[in-house]
Amino acid sequence: MATRDLLLEIGVEEIPDWMIGDGLAHLSLKMGELTAQLGGTVVMAEATPRRLVVKLSGLVEREADREELVSGPPKQANPQAVEGFAKKNGVTSADLELVETAKGTYFSFRKQVAGKTAIEILSNGLPGIILGIPWPKTMLWPGKGGARFIRPIRWLLCLLGEEVVPFAINGIASGNETGGHRQLGQHRVAVTIDSFEQVLRDNFVILRASERRAKIEQGLPVGVKADAALLETLTYITEYPTPIVGEFAEDYLSLPEEVLVTVMRFHQKYFSVTDASGKLAAKFVAVMNTAGDADGLVKHGNERVLRARFNDARFFYNVDQQKTLAARVHDLKAVTFQAQLGSYHAKTERVVTLVKELGGDAAAVRAAELAKTDLTCEMVKEFTELQGIVGGLYAQAQGEAEEVATAIYDQYKPVSMEDTIPRSRAGQVMSLADKADTLRGCFGIGLIPTGSKDPFALRRAAQGVIKILAEGELQIGLKQLANGVEKLEDFLIERVKYYCSEIRGYAMDEVLAVLSAGADNLQDVLARLEAVKAVRASEDFEPLAASFKRMKNILDQAKFTPSGKVDEALFEDASERALWKAFGEVAARVQGASYAEVLAGMATLRPAVDLFFEKVLVNAPDMAVRANRLTLLFGLKTEFSGIAEFSEIVPKTQETHA
Amino acid sequence: MKTYQEMIFRLKQYWADRGCIITEPYDVEVGAGTMCPETFLRVLGPDEYRVAYVQPSRRPADGRYGENPNRLYKHSQLQVILKPTPADVIEQYLGSLEAIGIDLKKHDIKFEEDNWESPTLGAWGIGWQVMLDGMEITQFTYFQQCGGVDLDLVPAEITYGLERLCAFLQDKESVYDIQWTDAFQYGQVRLKEEQQFSVYNFEMADVATLWKLFELHEGECQRLIDLYRGLDTGKERFPVLPTYDQVLKCSNLFNLLDARGAISVTERVGVIGRVRKLAVGVAGIWVDQQFTNREVAA
Repeated sequence: MATRDLLLEIGVEEIPDWMIGDGLAHLSLKMGELTAQLGGTVVMAEATPRRLVVKLSGLVEREADREELVSGPPKQANPQAVEGFAKKNGVTSADLELVETAKGTYFSFRKQVAGKTAIEILSNGLPGIILGIPWPKTMLWPGKGGARFIRPIRWLLCLLGEEVVPFAINGIASGNETGGHRQLGQHRVAVTIDSFEQVLRDNFVILRASERRAKIEQGLPVGVKADAALLETLTYITEYPTPIVGEFAEDYLSLPEEVLVTVMRFHQKYFSVTDASGKLAAKFVAVMNTAGDADGLVKHGNERVLRARFNDARFFYNVDQQKTLAARVHDLKAVTFQAQLGSYHAKTERVVTLVKELGGDAAAVRAAELAKTDLTCEMVKEFTELQGIVGGLYAQAQGEAEEVATAIYDQYKPVSMEDTIPRSRAGQVMSLADKADTLRGCFGIGLIPTGSKDPFALRRAAQGVIKILAEGELQIGLKQLANGVEKLEDFLIERVKYYCSEIRGYAMDEVLAVLSAGADNLQDVLARLEAVKAVRASEDFEPLAASFKRMKNILDQAKFTPSGKVDEALFEDASERALWKAFGEVAARVQGASYAEVLAGMATLRPAVDLFFEKVLVNAPDMAVRANRLTLLFGLKTEFSGIAEFSEIVPKTQETHA
Repeated sequence: MKTYQEMIFRLKQYWADRGCIITEPYDVEVGAGTMCPETFLRVLGPDEYRVAYVQPSRRPADGRYGENPNRLYKHSQLQVILKPTPADVIEQYLGSLEAIGIDLKKHDIKFEEDNWESPTLGAWGIGWQVMLDGMEITQFTYFQQCGGVDLDLVPAEITYGLERLCAFLQDKESVYDIQWTDAFQYGQVRLKEEQQFSVYNFEMADVATLWKLFELHEGECQRLIDLYRGLDTGKERFPVLPTYDQVLKCSNLFNLLDARGAISVTERVGVIGRVRKLAVGVAGIWVDQQFTNREVAA
């Protein structure tokens, strides 16, 4: 059967670059679903800031016809009712048949339903799909009763083969026209499915993101700092990207590199460039959304803007140096940390105390004293993303010790799970204390994150705490950090779970087993986890873990606490004695050994444990015998349960069954 | 090279040719053209409107004693309101740039996401900052809500920063070097004002007096709002517009107190909330009055 292609282009005013990918993916998915009955397959989904484009192939003219069974009156109904049913369906009673069902026999009619045409399906379905794209923030236009979309839709191109698929959104009717580049292309131009991409290209629109990305990359000079996120942004804020290189005066290089890069990267969306030695060069790369800059006007304009920005930064830098960080501590009284938690001055005092409690050295204490003072600096007021970094740079410029400056510089690290932790021990302790103080304070006044609500980014703070503890190999307990607040301790343990499973890649049941046996010391948790992971590979481990679960159940059920030692005289079966002996040997052997050795030793007990459970009924009628057996199991379980709660281990075989 | 005033003339003429009423600046101090009744109140309700005006915008904290080449205590905005938004609004906007001599084929123009929100006015919209060769020259916003009220017709608000646009056109590093006319520069017209207002705003404004004024205007505004709310009849002749002027006074006094360093961060939110309450109150009675007027007319 002959099939046709389908092309949809939604012409929109500039969509924010970061939303385009998800919006397009949703559109493409829904169009695939809509046309599944027609045999449609998505062959292209592309977007620029001003258009979302999906192309499908293989659409047949109409859905297959189908038969629907329409049930009427029961067999015993009077003839008038049967005639009435037939009439309603446009047939006579002779056309009806009796169909037996589980509920009885009914007069029924086999209705031939013609499949809908592709045009019908598309005309009816597309408006809802288009308006159903879940954008993060939508707007209403042209007013009440209008549509909601990310920005106003300005044209709709929709072709099925040569034919326009007719529909309308907010009074905009679909047609066969696309729109060219705002400045360089035709406003509206008719296309066919085959000519579409070439017509766009002729009108200075490169439809495919991969091609735009490549065009930017090819235009970047040697020495450009790789920046995948910036490249992606630029790919999706342009329809016809062209990089140009600009210069700035060398003397701006005396400003901190971080400041220069931030201005270029975050405020101007420029790539920065380094020279052969890796030092920042007095150059930048801007990506234009146009074909060229023959007269150098765009270069000139961008250089002018950057110069003004750099002048501002220099002005801020000079003003800030008029007062040292140390002299600014008092000014923090006027900067609110949180209404109920007081000023940053109060926070500073708390953090200093906590740093001392946590064993921070003099550098950590000094860093904590100065850490927040950069919030009063003009540079940070202007470039808030540089908080901490500016403090570190200023501390260095003002003659503070290197460790102090580094600790201040790194205080907000890690800003994400991928980010590294503060470089120095002083920085780690100070950053930890700062985050712990924020967590304690917020939990103390009931600001506990729920669901997606986490306005103080407490999850990130807690995640940072865990990452610093783990990777800084700090011997600081969660209880101490939580200051006895149980909810906060639980919150931190949740983050430990996340860290161990998502970041370190341990199986969740291993994580739960290890944490059930104690979660306070993260170094210890990680050591036990590693040991459990290692022993898990041995074939004896999982069955043994299952036996531990059985022991736990038995002990729990008996609500048993041993009152004495195991009495060998009470053993009735050889398997009891054998287990007792094997246990004793292993326990003696692994005394003071590493977790891995202990667990390896434990795994060797499997045959003895298996035999015990096979031969012996723990809950023996004789209470003394029973107590003796429970005491044996209790001792066995206790010996190893400091490493992990093995009952939490989910056997792999069982997992596959479930 | 085009002068500052020539640029303004051309922009006004351009928008006049597209059906806009051209008004003179509103004569009460505002922090942004958006706050003028011609924008803030006109965007509410179902009546169509098109207006363009130059509005001096006073932001005391942005003052730099005339020493910073790009920052001003008082700068000028050309504010254009198109209600409802025409379908070719962006083409019309780009046309205005051509009207002041910008050859669009030779420049880089990008529309970058920048949603606008004013907590003090209970207003927000969706839009972009328009970047010309890397410089923000215009704020383009589709208003969605004003004074906490959903808008019947979504207007486009186009706000041009006139000084920086002109500095770009004339390729001047400092706004004070802009040729206002062929014979006079911007600095000759405005430098003294920047210097003296910076001194006053940062150093000499009497905090107690400013607070007293704030409270007086706040009280008057609230008194009027309450009066209106108590009315059964005569709503159509109630002075809502003078009530709104009191909001503007409060807003400007807040900005002055802020520049003077008299509002701690803790207090800030509370004071913004007080101004917002007035703004939202006036927006509410304005919409109600328009509705009443319709009923009376019918």
